[in-house]
Amino acid sequence: MTLRVTSPQFKENARRALADRQLQKALGNVEQNFIEKRRQVAAKLPEFDLLRDAARDLKDHTLAHLDLYLEAYERRVTAAGGQVHWAVTAEEACGVVLDICQRLGARLVTKGKSMISEEIGLNDFLLSHDIAAVETDLGEYIIQLRHEPPSHIIAPAVHLNKEQIEADFRRVHTGFPAERNLEEPTSLLAEARSVLREKFLAADVGITGANFLVAETGTSIIVTNEGNGDLTQTLPKAHIVLASVDKMVPTLEDVSLFLRLLARSATGQEMSVYTTFSTGPRRAGDPDGPGEYHVVILDNGRSAMLGGEFREMLRCIRCGACMNHCPVYHAVGGHAYGWVYPGPMGAVLTPSLVGIDKAGHLPNASMFCGRCEEVCPVRIPLPKLMRHWREREFERHLSPAAMRWGLGLWAAFARRPRLYRFATRIAMKMLSLLSLGFGRFRWLPFARGWTKYRNFPAPEGVTFQAAWKRREKKA
Amino acid sequence: MSARDTVLATIRSSLGVTGSETPRRTAIEARLSLHPRGVVPKRGDRPAPSRMKLFQTMVEGAHGTTVELASPERVPAAVADYLRSKNLPMAVRRGSDPRLDAIPWQNERALGVSSGHSDGSDLVSVSHALGAVAETGTLVLVSGPDNPTTLNFLPDHHLVVVDAKDIAGDYETVWDAIRARFGAGKMPRTVNWITGPSRSADIEQTHLLGAHGPRSLHVLIVGEP
Ligand code: SF4
Repeated sequence: MTLRVTSPQFKENARRALADRQLQKALGNVEQNFIEKRRQVAAKLPEFDLLRDAARDLKDHTLAHLDLYLEAYERRVTAAGGQVHWAVTAEEACGVVLDICQRLGARLVTKGKSMISEEIGLNDFLLSHDIAAVETDLGEYIIQLRHEPPSHIIAPAVHLNKEQIEADFRRVHTGFPAERNLEEPTSLLAEARSVLREKFLAADVGITGANFLVAETGTSIIVTNEGNGDLTQTLPKAHIVLASVDKMVPTLEDVSLFLRLLARSATGQEMSVYTTFSTGPRRAGDPDGPGEYHVVILDNGRSAMLGGEFREMLRCIRCGACMNHCPVYHAVGGHAYGWVYPGPMGAVLTPSLVGIDKAGHLPNASMFCGRCEEVCPVRIPLPKLMRHWREREFERHLSPAAMRWGLGLWAAFARRPRLYRFATRIAMKMLSLLSLGFGRFRWLPFARGWTKYRNFPAPEGVTFQAAWKRREKKA
Repeated sequence: MSARDTVLATIRSSLGVTGSETPRRTAIEARLSLHPRGVVPKRGDRPAPSRMKLFQTMVEGAHGTTVELASPERVPAAVADYLRSKNLPMAVRRGSDPRLDAIPWQNERALGVSSGHSDGSDLVSVSHALGAVAETGTLVLVSGPDNPTTLNFLPDHHLVVVDAKDIAGDYETVWDAIRARFGAGKMPRTVNWITGPSRSADIEQTHLLGAHGPRSLHVLIVGEP
């Protein structure tokens, strides 16, 4: 059961988002907070860019040996008393989790934040089998109350304002006095803490994601600030880890490299509060910890990506920096992207995972300003990959006929430089004359997509090629 | 074909390999057994006293607090001081780590000390860290019969004792200490890196302490660095 994909409606989604006042106010928080914090913390670490180079190379090495690292990892997990389950598809992964829960007679499951869980639509699936899955990360908890998908990969409720959250808490937390004061964010947090404490203590199974899997030791790693993931995985009878194949890292030294980059790139912290390394279930003599430890390794299209031009996308460590720095994300927010992964990383990953036929608009949701690539800790060339998708989309004849015709016409001219120069010169003259000296157009035929939202500047002066030629001569 | 075989076969066909190539196998076996160090920031590479200062600065930067104590005998009084300063009842829950067992708790008569894991009813816990990392002010705790993990997360206040000489400059040094203790390729069930008290920024990106874990983290640094 995967989440409904609304990516085909990206344009409508975006239009709605732009008109949503609440959302626009909340999105201001992204722009104000994340960018400056990341900049400061990166500036404090002279080796930051060296670490990024090393992280890129290490990911490439790991991906090139992924089959062998996965096998080594599995051996270690088994040796530590844990179990590895493999899943080709989302449905298989859900099925594995359900089997474990049913065998343990689980009714209540607590959950740490996991994008894989969102990807496979686990909560709804479990609910359809009478198992309640409660999100415990504050942001995830809030959006679960609202039946919404996350709008950001590390700050799932970033699209909401506190008044909206207060209204949800009043609607759902009926056991509290109606006249209580929930104006301050601290009182909202305190209420969520007390509600979720009971869930942690009552849960039968705890499910978390994994930021990394370590082949050397068979270890899964979660990184949180709240401590919810730890309560999720420590208190119940069983801990289930959901991870995709690309989470693999060879050694503890190697994972230290990524941990130095992750929090700094994501939230601008030197280090997240809790980084937890889990290896197998409770040991003999341990006073606490889960009795069973399971890891579900999901593929869902990733192993096929290894063979193509989108392999570099598998380096992603899900830090969110690309969306934090993306002007398109700032304008429309995460939900407009229509699936679980928004922003530039989503624009590349979503078509790979759900198909370009459904997500064809996403690679166009870019100004190609390059800020995402500038901040990506593993140096994924996101603009290049988006361009690849655009080319593919074109080749697959999915673009509107006019675009094909236009590009075809342009190509015909481009192959004939003399004709091109002549035609552009004429066109510029014409446009310049037609603008009647106002310097801009409020409306142009064939360019309504542009003129609907902004004026089209009438060309002044000469063509780029002519200007370039003149410059070269001067130099 | 099982799901496992399908996933591995797809990876191999994407990579254009069979999985039995000797150079590839040698490459990963070497990396896993030699675990070479990568880029290690210079920040933590300094003499022990200055390393300890850096650790304190970084803990405080993450909203934790620290106190220096000359010897383990001073721990009970320091714990009592902390409880009084926060108006807390004179009771703590601790693990039975030998170093915690060796502390003369009875010297602080008013202080009630019990040991074992937490069921969620304890306000204050005391743990002993395996070590710490100055680079980011990070404590390293390992689970085991003497070190319940629940003490790190359920109580409102987490007090952590660490020996000054166990404060390393970087994470890599602590990994070596863990390998020395548990063996190559082995890990305790849980290793917890803790950097400051629990927090959340999920409501309008406002930073709030005490999300699900401890609202405050107090580090007692014992002995000479
Ligand atoms: S693509 Fe890069 S910047 Fe974006 S989430 Fe992934 S690692 Fe972070």
